[in-house]
Amino acid sequence: MTFSTALEAKFEKLLNSYPPGRKRAALIPMLLFAQDEVGAITGEVVNEIAGRLEITPLQIDEVVTYYSMLHREPRGKHNIQVCTNVSCLLVGGAELLEHAERKLGIRRGESTADGQFSLEEVECMGACSWAPALQVNYDFHHFVSPEKLDRLIDGLRKAH
Amino acid sequence: MADLVTLTIDDRTVTAAPGTLVINAARAAGIEIPAFCYYDGLTLQAACRMCLVEVERMPKLQTACTLPVAEGMIVQTESPKVVEARKSMLEFLLTNHPLDCPVCDKGGECELQDMVFRYGAGESRFTEIKHHVDEKQFSPVVFFDAPRCILCYRCVRICDEGMGVGALGVINRGAVTEIGPNMGDHLVCDECGMCIDICPVGALTSGAYRYKTRPWEMEHIGTICAHCSNGCKTTLGVRNDRIIRGNNRDRSGINGEFLCIKGRYAFDFTDHPERLQSPLMRKGGELEPVSWAEALAAVARRFLEVKERGGRLGVIGSNRTTNEENYFLQKFVRQGLGSNNIDHHRTGDVAALISALAGTTGALASTADLYSAKAVLVIAGDLAQQQPLLSFQIRANYRHHGCRVYVVTPGPVREDKYAAKSVRAATGEELAAVEGLRDELRKESELVILFGDAVRGEAVRRLVALGDSFGIPVKYVCLVDYSNSRGAADMGLFPDLLPGYEPAQTPGMTMPEMLAAEDLEALWVVGANPLKAAQLGSQYAFVVVQDLFLTETARRADVVLPAASAYEKTGTVTNVCGEVQRLKRAIGVMGAKPDLEIFGLLSKEMKINAGLWHPDRVFDEIRRSVRGYNVPLPVLATGGAAPAVPLNGHIPLEARPDLIRSANDTLFTSGSLGRYSKSLNSVMEAPGGLYRG
Amino acid sequence: MLYNEPSPLEVKILTRRFGLENSQSLDTYLATDGFAGFRKALDMTPDQVIDEVKASNLRGRGGAGFPAGMKWGFVPRDSPKPKYIVVNADEGEPGTCKDRVLMENDPHQLIEGMLIAARAVGAQAGYIYIRGEYRYIIDIMDRAIAEEYERGYLGRNILGSGMDFDVYTHTGAGSYECGEESALLESLEGKRGQPRIRPPFPAVAGAFQCPTVLNNVETFCAVPAIFRDGAAAFADLGPPRNGGTRLFALSGHINKPGVYELPMGFNLLRMIQEVGGGIRGGGKLKAVIPGGSSCPVLRAEECDLSMDFDSVAKAGSMLGSGGVIVMDETTDMVKLAVRIMQFYQHESCGWCVPCREGTLWLEKVLTRVDNGGGRPSDINLIDELARNMLGRTFCPLGDAAAMPTISLVQKFRDEFEERLPKSVPAGDPRLVVVG
Repeated sequence: MTFSTALEAKFEKLLNSYPPGRKRAALIPMLLFAQDEVGAITGEVVNEIAGRLEITPLQIDEVVTYYSMLHREPRGKHNIQVCTNVSCLLVGGAELLEHAERKLGIRRGESTADGQFSLEEVECMGACSWAPALQVNYDFHHFVSPEKLDRLIDGLRKAH
Repeated sequence: MADLVTLTIDDRTVTAAPGTLVINAARAAGIEIPAFCYYDGLTLQAACRMCLVEVERMPKLQTACTLPVAEGMIVQTESPKVVEARKSMLEFLLTNHPLDCPVCDKGGECELQDMVFRYGAGESRFTEIKHHVDEKQFSPVVFFDAPRCILCYRCVRICDEGMGVGALGVINRGAVTEIGPNMGDHLVCDECGMCIDICPVGALTSGAYRYKTRPWEMEHIGTICAHCSNGCKTTLGVRNDRIIRGNNRDRSGINGEFLCIKGRYAFDFTDHPERLQSPLMRKGGELEPVSWAEALAAVARRFLEVKERGGRLGVIGSNRTTNEENYFLQKFVRQGLGSNNIDHHRTGDVAALISALAGTTGALASTADLYSAKAVLVIAGDLAQQQPLLSFQIRANYRHHGCRVYVVTPGPVREDKYAAKSVRAATGEELAAVEGLRDELRKESELVILFGDAVRGEAVRRLVALGDSFGIPVKYVCLVDYSNSRGAADMGLFPDLLPGYEPAQTPGMTMPEMLAAEDLEALWVVGANPLKAAQLGSQYAFVVVQDLFLTETARRADVVLPAASAYEKTGTVTNVCGEVQRLKRAIGVMGAKPDLEIFGLLSKEMKINAGLWHPDRVFDEIRRSVRGYNVPLPVLATGGAAPAVPLNGHIPLEARPDLIRSANDTLFTSGSLGRYSKSLNSVMEAPGGLYRG
Repeated sequence: MLYNEPSPLEVKILTRRFGLENSQSLDTYLATDGFAGFRKALDMTPDQVIDEVKASNLRGRGGAGFPAGMKWGFVPRDSPKPKYIVVNADEGEPGTCKDRVLMENDPHQLIEGMLIAARAVGAQAGYIYIRGEYRYIIDIMDRAIAEEYERGYLGRNILGSGMDFDVYTHTGAGSYECGEESALLESLEGKRGQPRIRPPFPAVAGAFQCPTVLNNVETFCAVPAIFRDGAAAFADLGPPRNGGTRLFALSGHINKPGVYELPMGFNLLRMIQEVGGGIRGGGKLKAVIPGGSSCPVLRAEECDLSMDFDSVAKAGSMLGSGGVIVMDETTDMVKLAVRIMQFYQHESCGWCVPCREGTLWLEKVLTRVDNGGGRPSDINLIDELARNMLGRTFCPLGDAAAMPTISLVQKFRDEFEERLPKSVPAGDPRLVVVG
């Protein structure tokens, strides 16, 4: 399969980042970057990367099913990840997640029918001092109140 | 040994070599520290936490499976703290383990069950709903029940490290971690079932055995596998005269716990519906069931007629019948029928190797040598496909001792993965390729050379000369196909060689000559299927076949005598490395008789005295008269392998390399016999192919 | 970017460039004494470099507090194998968000720290293992690395010293366990984040089975200052054996949550009151988790405490990763215990039995108690299960799950008891089969 030139450049750089004979080291970054572009770790992605790194698809499957950010099924275009871990929980993280469920009309772990949004409950994302926090894809949002979340979602909806 | 470490385990003073793990030091002292994930020969995991022990001056309990011994160390393996910890591990393990022991195949020989008994951890405080996942079928022979799995990773390691296949992996994480097959929902692998055998619980179960019986309802009979030449010991589980399973859990025999799909599952030819259970005689053009008496009388009469007339009679022996049967047969034919027209399907040039090594000693490698040799050279053989135990041994040698492996084959083989050097060489080019490795090979301190059927006749002599020129100790293995191919050669199933490779005074007809001779009057085929690929030249020959099934050859026969398989008789067989091992009768099949008994009855019928036809008496004679076979009986009697060493004196051999031809069986075929094994034919990998890596 | 106002009480050593214009750029870095420490280290022998770090009393900022200089000293410098520097930027301990701002605001400081470590042990390459969620940090670090290559601070013959050093970023993909150093190394090799059997330790067989210095971001970031200002100056910032400053991430029920750099040994109550602006809404302090969610909880009355490794340990908890989670009276300690266990259950790699099965079981029992379906025996069960994990798991994750749980049950047992139903409710069949 083919990837974008930018991604190929990233792969190229990765493959030169590790000692000789240690190609496999590039696996996790490659999977994550490929997922960002393709939307999911599809069977095709697995086979392609397995070929490039000279490992078996099973070895990739072991890794994909281990890491929580890697997924075989696509998420929404805007993947809203709400932290409910301790620091966020203390200041309304759980309520924020419930609010997001109501706002998007989906439950955690689901995607909207139009594929625009998906919602995840996630573990600590490293924004504890600015809680409650969430990430939309890789973008951090701090001190998120339900109102701020509404504005955020409305803004993303309007963008297309 | 210098610098042994002295430590105390459970108040006993124990000495061990530095680097020894506490679990092994304790075992050597007779103290069994329990473990699920620790497994001899496989990488360390420290995952099950069962082997926790208390070590003085260490605040936390330590895993005995990762802790090396140290001078003055004081270890308690069953202190109250340790026992309490183990109990808690068992309680954790049982939380999501289904308590379906009454229906589980493993019940009665389950390591988890044993451990729960040992530590009295039978009660659980876990009252939540157990995590359930449905059972999966990985292949026709491998089933996986995830909830029973305790994640010791033995299966993953034996497949990856032991077999070099890596078909099992660890999927998901945390409490929902599972073992997963390489093709997502199924396995493509050797189907060896090592993963099933090594599983301490009933998570991996065998398609052949599951839900059929309980372990204590079977008799367990250790005998030698009927299939390839490696001579693995397989322990057959027998109930009501039926073989229910094959495994080798006691790790005895030259193979330890190793078995391939054939040794583990391909016993099922024994009760194949087409199994012959009555003699057949051609009457009015059709083969019809007759009594043994009638059949034997007919054969005796015709053989005597041919003998008296001085007519031409040919005998084709078997690669699978016992040494006793082969010896008795050639004696019967040579002395009783007065003919050297005896041969067999030659699958490797053992005779040329014996000839080339004349005058030397210690130049034939044993199965154990493959695990200890510093270097191994594989020529023209796909070991993983054709010699699975030898392949396993060399892999283990590489993993444990860093053995250097050289490969010279026409195509990719599994050994390439870890070989110091792999060279592709077309058939006939092998020796030139070995010559190219000379500089590397000379630097080794010792070498074992295994060679396939492509190296035959003069090439064998040249190979041995080449080996001699390296100036290092070199041992050889001539690769052959079947369970007693080597024994057939040793017992003189040759027209020109007597038992022990003594030359015959007047060489008889070779197999192709017998098959081609238009004036052949009688052909006696024992446990072979030469007419699968050839036409019988003689239109009128009286053909007698002893076999388990109505093979292509049997269909041409005038009399078919139903023979017992290797699992239905006693006697000895000699494996590819020349190790003599004993068959033990596991079952009986009504109507069939061991070939030796058939020979005996025939000799009686023909009033030929070829000696008593009891296997022990025949073997006594072999020990006395066949060169290299004076093996110690206690070794055999206790299930051991005794090396035959037929290596003294020159054999003036007229090389007939044209007669050497391996059947090129794979892991999933086994000559004509393999066609009658349901399990061999059920796996999607069958029939497989050679040199695919 | 800064996400909270700094505090006047801060002692800004590692964060001295925070808030400067273009603080990510090499020019800004160089204009503010950047690489002064490394230049000094270049004039020292490797042994001197290690001794300097030892003298600074710098202890690992990831959580364990192991003396950094000693860790560097374990690397067999005469080994013929290549040596590596690995930065643990897999910040994942709940309550902790300091490494993120360190890399975001001053990426060159981290690289300088790596260079000094490389100088100490003779390493030629370094990897920064950044958690997958910190994608933008990877970009920041990559830009900083590129800048340094361009200007000769990385690559061949650095600053004409003859030293070669390459730095690469590497991303994780969602696994708390990869914050454990040996699991991180597995992950760096493209495998599941399962911890390794130790010994050998990373100093001997780390990245790609070669000798490796592996430290937390903050640890490396402290190194340039040690060389720039001298080990003694750094050591003197904190109490004995606890050199330097520490980035504390204050979170929870306080008025001014944020990441603040304070000297080691700063009083915890003062931190809450004066740095964090006190409990929100004028409430009363109930409890504090002083170093990330793996640490035993401290009751309010235990919080008059010097925040250094030894004092917090003496108080029965841990300084950990500096994630100070402050809780007021409204905090539901049972819910807290449930959420903490959910986290460890989710993150348990599944490798060893007690952690895999223990976290799941504990999560179930805790949830049941929280939902009002608990049994009187459950409270002791929770305590016993946690103790059955403690010290018996393959890696510290099991301890991390057990320790806060044990402390919560011990210190707030009344809240767990209050949650028990007053009488056994009818209709739940599971309540009948009490073993």
